[in-house]
Amino acid sequence: MDTNTAIKELLYKIADDQLIIGHRNSEWTGLGPILEEDIAFSSMAQDKLGQSQAIYNILNSMGEQDADTLAFMRNAAQFHCNHLVEMPIGGYDFSLIRHFLFDHAEWLRFDMLMNSSFEPIAKLARKYRGEIKYHIMHADVWLKQLGNATEESHNRMQTALDNSFNMALGIFENGPHEEQLKSEKIFEGEEILKQQWLKKISPIIELANLELPAESTWNPSLGGRAGKHTEYLQPLLDEMTEVFKIDPSAEW
Amino acid sequence: MYGNAYIDPNEKMPSFLEGEDLQKLEEFEARITGGDKIEPMDWMPREYRKQLIRMIEQHAHSEVIGALPEGTWITRAPGFRRKLSLMAKVQDEMGHAQLLYSAAETLGKSREAMIDDLLTGKSKYSNVFNYPAVTWADTAVIAWLIDAGAIVNQVANSKGSYGPYCRALERICSEESFHLKYGHDVVVHLATGTKTQRQMVQEALTRWWPPIMHFFGPSDKESVHGAILMKWKVKMASNDDMRNQFLNMYVPKIWDLGLVLPDPAFKKNETTGKWEYTEPDWDEFKRVINGDGPCNKERLAVRKWAETEGSWVRRALNTKESAYVVPLA
Repeated sequence: MDTNTAIKELLYKIADDQLIIGHRNSEWTGLGPILEEDIAFSSMAQDKLGQSQAIYNILNSMGEQDADTLAFMRNAAQFHCNHLVEMPIGGYDFSLIRHFLFDHAEWLRFDMLMNSSFEPIAKLARKYRGEIKYHIMHADVWLKQLGNATEESHNRMQTALDNSFNMALGIFENGPHEEQLKSEKIFEGEEILKQQWLKKISPIIELANLELPAESTWNPSLGGRAGKHTEYLQPLLDEMTEVFKIDPSAEW
Repeated sequence: MYGNAYIDPNEKMPSFLEGEDLQKLEEFEARITGGDKIEPMDWMPREYRKQLIRMIEQHAHSEVIGALPEGTWITRAPGFRRKLSLMAKVQDEMGHAQLLYSAAETLGKSREAMIDDLLTGKSKYSNVFNYPAVTWADTAVIAWLIDAGAIVNQVANSKGSYGPYCRALERICSEESFHLKYGHDVVVHLATGTKTQRQMVQEALTRWWPPIMHFFGPSDKESVHGAILMKWKVKMASNDDMRNQFLNMYVPKIWDLGLVLPDPAFKKNETTGKWEYTEPDWDEFKRVINGDGPCNKERLAVRKWAETEGSWVRRALNTKESAYVVPLA
């Protein structure tokens, strides 16, 4: 397989993850639990969307369509995002846990990609790693606070973690070109990323007085990278593209 | 985004100044006349405090509720550019609410008490947000013309007498001016776009014109308490004057785009410099402000949902260590 195909597969999954979680998190705008948090969550959602756009722009420079067409004109089966990001926002407990689990994986992914032999993504990774650092600081503060505060908040966070964890493991679903990406030093691979992630999140979860689900129950929710999605993605896309599709050739 | 504080003309105000220390009052009024800003710990008449709380609180609620009609279009905004801009705009409105609740808190009412009063309907918010944003074009008209109206009002009020409110308004106005540019850009794209887009934006303008005319409130020139509030620089211009200023600035721009105002009587009297129009339906205005508009119930229901949904988070933050912090001023 040629290198470009492998790179594109990597870029699509990263960009799609960022777009869909950014879209989901934007649904909290104006509805957050306190004003200050409403504002913070919106900033992070905007970062995610901006990051996805930048990655779609790289894809565009590699011969794919422009960022708007890629984001607004594909159907669910053409998306490569993981199942965790597709889920509806649920309560703030779920949204915070998702933010914690996803953003740590994303930070580590960009940390790895800083050294990628594919310079356009390495350059972006160096830039975005700094942005995502603040996202994970935000997630860590909330996790520790809510995990330790009241019985109610502790139980909510533990339940959300239990319910999200297998979907989070789906972030690390192997793509079809893992070996090639590794051998050409483009990306070190999902398995190493997963191990780093477990190592990184475990002590924070412990400080939050929460527990990772028992390893015997781990069962990654797979398929997203190959275009097999939960029932929630297509309705999200239908809503997202509702205006754009009135006339995709128009200037909006 | 905010128009003018709504003061029910039927509300009884027996005596603004009953029981006030007349010497302190004189000094207070002299400071205001001399252009001083009044700060939170300074002496102020009871009624000054009360009217400012009401006004700043209404303004803060208008930001929070105003985030809803546009917020529902974040998930539908066409293309990255619009999606990112709309997200940032609605986020700004929530930021304005944060600044304004803080400014009102300096006068002695807590954010929690203000939000409670919003949810029970005791406090009002700008009437325009009780109308629906039916299509994408409605969000463009809101971002352009409602934000423009808000700027007219807020720039005037930023020259008022209460320091914390003026400082908040200066920051708010600089952000609102970007909102206006954003809204204008979207309206221009629609008005010069395809036939469908042009129709969308004309329909949105037609829908929003009556609420826009209501935005600055009914004529208040005859109001007695209006005069005292203007003397104290709580209110900086009459509703009619602000409406006229807004029309002066924006009607030509609307016409430049080939859009039509849904009022055949609309024209400028070149002799007086005033715009003439069919008198807005002030009965409808009062009906909507008192709870019977197309979206009043929905707006409050969504706000209540958000408050209930987030209550466990706030309970968790309310620890023994958490202490009252002096509000930003």
